[in-house]
Amino acid sequence: MSNTQEFPPPVKWVDDRLGIAKIGKKNLRKVFPDHWSFMLGEIALYSFIILILTGTFLTFWFKPSMAEVQYNGSYSLLKGLHMSEAYASTLDITFDVRGGLLVRQIHHWAAVLFIAAMMVHLLRMFFTGAFRKPRELNWLIGFGMLFLGIIEGFIGYGLPDDLLSGTGLRITNGMIQASPIVGTYMNFFIFGGEFPGDEFVSRFFIVHVLLIPGIILGLVTAHLFLVVYHKHTQYAGPGRTQKNVVGYPLFPVYTAKAGGFFFVVFGITALMGALMQINPVWLYGPYNPAEVTAGSQPDWYMGWLEGAVRIFPGFESHFWGITLGWNLLIPALIIPPAFVTLVALYPFIEGWISGDKREHHLLDRPRDVPTRTGVGVGFITFYALLWIGGGNDLIATHFGVSLNHVTWFLRFAVILGPILAFWVARRWAISLQRADYARLTHGLETGVIVRSPEGKYTEKHQPISTYEAYSLTARDRVVPHEIGPETDDNGVRAPRRALNKARAALSRFYFADAVQKPTAQELEEAHEHAHDADEIHELTEDTETYREVTSDRS
Amino acid sequence: MSDDKNLPVVKDDGEHHGAVEVAEPIPDPGLEPHEPRITDIDPKAADRVERQVSAMFGLATLLVLGACVAYFAIGRDSILQFGPLSGNANNMVMGLCIGLALFLIGAGAIQWAKKLMVDEEISEDRHAAHSSPEQIAEITEAFKQGTAESGFGRRKMIRNSLIGALGVLGLPAIIFLRDLGPLPGRSLYNTIWAKGIRVVNDVTDRPIKPSDLIVGQLVNAAPANLAPLQEENPTEYQNAKAKAAVIVVRIKPSEIRTKPGRENWGIDGILCYSKICTHVGCPISLYEQTTHHVLCPCHQSTFDLSDSAKVVFGPAARPLPQLPLALDSEGYLVAQSGFTEPVGPSFWERG
Repeated sequence: MSNTQEFPPPVKWVDDRLGIAKIGKKNLRKVFPDHWSFMLGEIALYSFIILILTGTFLTFWFKPSMAEVQYNGSYSLLKGLHMSEAYASTLDITFDVRGGLLVRQIHHWAAVLFIAAMMVHLLRMFFTGAFRKPRELNWLIGFGMLFLGIIEGFIGYGLPDDLLSGTGLRITNGMIQASPIVGTYMNFFIFGGEFPGDEFVSRFFIVHVLLIPGIILGLVTAHLFLVVYHKHTQYAGPGRTQKNVVGYPLFPVYTAKAGGFFFVVFGITALMGALMQINPVWLYGPYNPAEVTAGSQPDWYMGWLEGAVRIFPGFESHFWGITLGWNLLIPALIIPPAFVTLVALYPFIEGWISGDKREHHLLDRPRDVPTRTGVGVGFITFYALLWIGGGNDLIATHFGVSLNHVTWFLRFAVILGPILAFWVARRWAISLQRADYARLTHGLETGVIVRSPEGKYTEKHQPISTYEAYSLTARDRVVPHEIGPETDDNGVRAPRRALNKARAALSRFYFADAVQKPTAQELEEAHEHAHDADEIHELTEDTETYREVTSDRS
Repeated sequence: MSDDKNLPVVKDDGEHHGAVEVAEPIPDPGLEPHEPRITDIDPKAADRVERQVSAMFGLATLLVLGACVAYFAIGRDSILQFGPLSGNANNMVMGLCIGLALFLIGAGAIQWAKKLMVDEEISEDRHAAHSSPEQIAEITEAFKQGTAESGFGRRKMIRNSLIGALGVLGLPAIIFLRDLGPLPGRSLYNTIWAKGIRVVNDVTDRPIKPSDLIVGQLVNAAPANLAPLQEENPTEYQNAKAKAAVIVVRIKPSEIRTKPGRENWGIDGILCYSKICTHVGCPISLYEQTTHHVLCPCHQSTFDLSDSAKVVFGPAARPLPQLPLALDSEGYLVAQSGFTEPVGPSFWERG
């Protein structure tokens, strides 16, 4: 190789100005590991790009104004009606701009997908422990995008100024109004006076098309930069360690795979926009504060908030000339922020409990951290039950049950359900760990039953491959941290005793019941034992199902 | 307690606590050997994949062109019908063409990567996220030098006055937003209802006589002074409507439990309540004649209209405000006065 190699002229022109070889050197062949669950974040990123593209198209025709006009477009059912320019221009996009309805539907589907993908991506991060050091900040950035994405979605949903979204905004207005001291003031500042006023569409519009997308774009950049800097996490496996990352290079494999995946996501949202109706605002009619439709539902990501507000009993306090509406304060202004704060801070909470200060680049299998998995499932259950609460009327009408019963059931279920789900998921994870342990020490159940000369029935076990065995054992031995002696050698009480006790208790709760992987010695003993018995386990005489017997592992 | 003690203890067969790293029960066997794909071995298979991929790209080209043709060729209002399903033809054909084209471009690229590109996994080393000691030393030194050269630490007056100046910059950022809206004042306490205002049907704008209503009937109504607002000031019209909407219901007088002080608020079992839910302000609209219950479709608060609209179920905490009714000289329903309490959802200073 000669040192005087030069870029071909057009590339040279760019390199002379930007030094692209220096930037590209490290990244062109950057390695990314392969796993289906790593695509979830990609879906979120791609739907964001689709949102920007389709959203820009829509702004060419959408008029963010609440000025009243008489509709004269081609949708005959609403002809002559008074409505805001925002709603009228949405009808124009739908009925008079070719491709308008398609793009509007792609935009809405992509928004729904964007938030769903971010949420599932967050769950993947959670259950595999990808949020641990050094990625806590990226967890926060991602969380921030999810939070902003939900607000962005809700505001965008309010822009067409149709009856359904107007009802949603009326509800939001009522919730804000419940805030202590500042409630009415906040409402008057946000809506420019009383609801509905004539300001919110133009204000929400600029927040929706510039402010929030701008912030999200900045956060996406930081998020991706950190992914590149930290390098992607990977699942443990042969040759995959804390110190390396194994996979395919960015160029060409991921350029083709990830680039192709963008087109796949775009293609699928376009097909959804073509074939599946979403938010048919022309059926709802223009916003009218004296009307509402039965079965009103927000977009799916607001459902849990709606559910919290629906199932909370009607408590209100009046004293000293003030009113505190607990029926909104608790389900709309306290529980949701508390819930999301807990989610945002989870990496720091778990880090404090485990006391773990090391970097982690190998992902946990959910079963290997049973308590975290249980907590996650408990959270999902809580969210899901609230979400179901958001459709309590539809459940009542579709299944022919009493609305009051559904609501009362959910009032208890949102508290008991997560506890039960936590416990079940945690025990389930521990059982899976035991199954792994047995697979390692006893091998694979072959289902082959052998009769010995003495008449004993036994099932043959086959040892698993070294690669699989290594994958099953390539994880940390996490034990709860000890609290240490009450006093030191000089009889001085250790500081912050109560806090440390609580921490040790939490740590035991987190890690004490988890099944540890076998030690080398245990593994050897198990294999020897298996060898003695010719990899065969005895069957008790009175058992009829062979399978069950083999699960009796000591 | 030092931080080291808080680190998870690495167990040594469960006997000693300490930092002794236990040997992994199974040593790392290294990457699994690469399994060649059929396309790595059989040139025919590889050629087949090449044809597949280029067919996908070729089809995508045709579909994109198809979408452009559809844009001009299909009328805005032509309809496609598939049994019970129907859709706008222009929209659907363009969407199907573009969607399939995009999907095929993506699928082709992925197929190319999976079947034809080298699929041997490679390994890259990781480095700790933190800086090296040399870098830390270097940057600390540079920072110290910069601080010293600026005198930022020494010249406290400059520092403090700068912090002060930057601090107050936050003020205009808040104050300048003051004109976002008027202050609430008393506007939430009042509606356009007042003494003598007629109750009119909210669709026909006709005033209502008691004889227009039969027992069990519920009518959505508005104050007579609402409709003229629409021409004058559409925004005021919407705002006024959002508070003034009412429901008028006629219930058999024997079934009504009247609250003390409201004995003369109804006319022969005709009662008038605010339509705006006291929970978060949705218009209440579902009436069940036999029970006299109205249900808010937003959050299912249920009110008993025969019992001063008290809450019988759901998240609302207060009954719907009642509008005292009277008859004017021509025998039409009118308001005795405005509402005696603020309508709609609760707020802090409501009392």
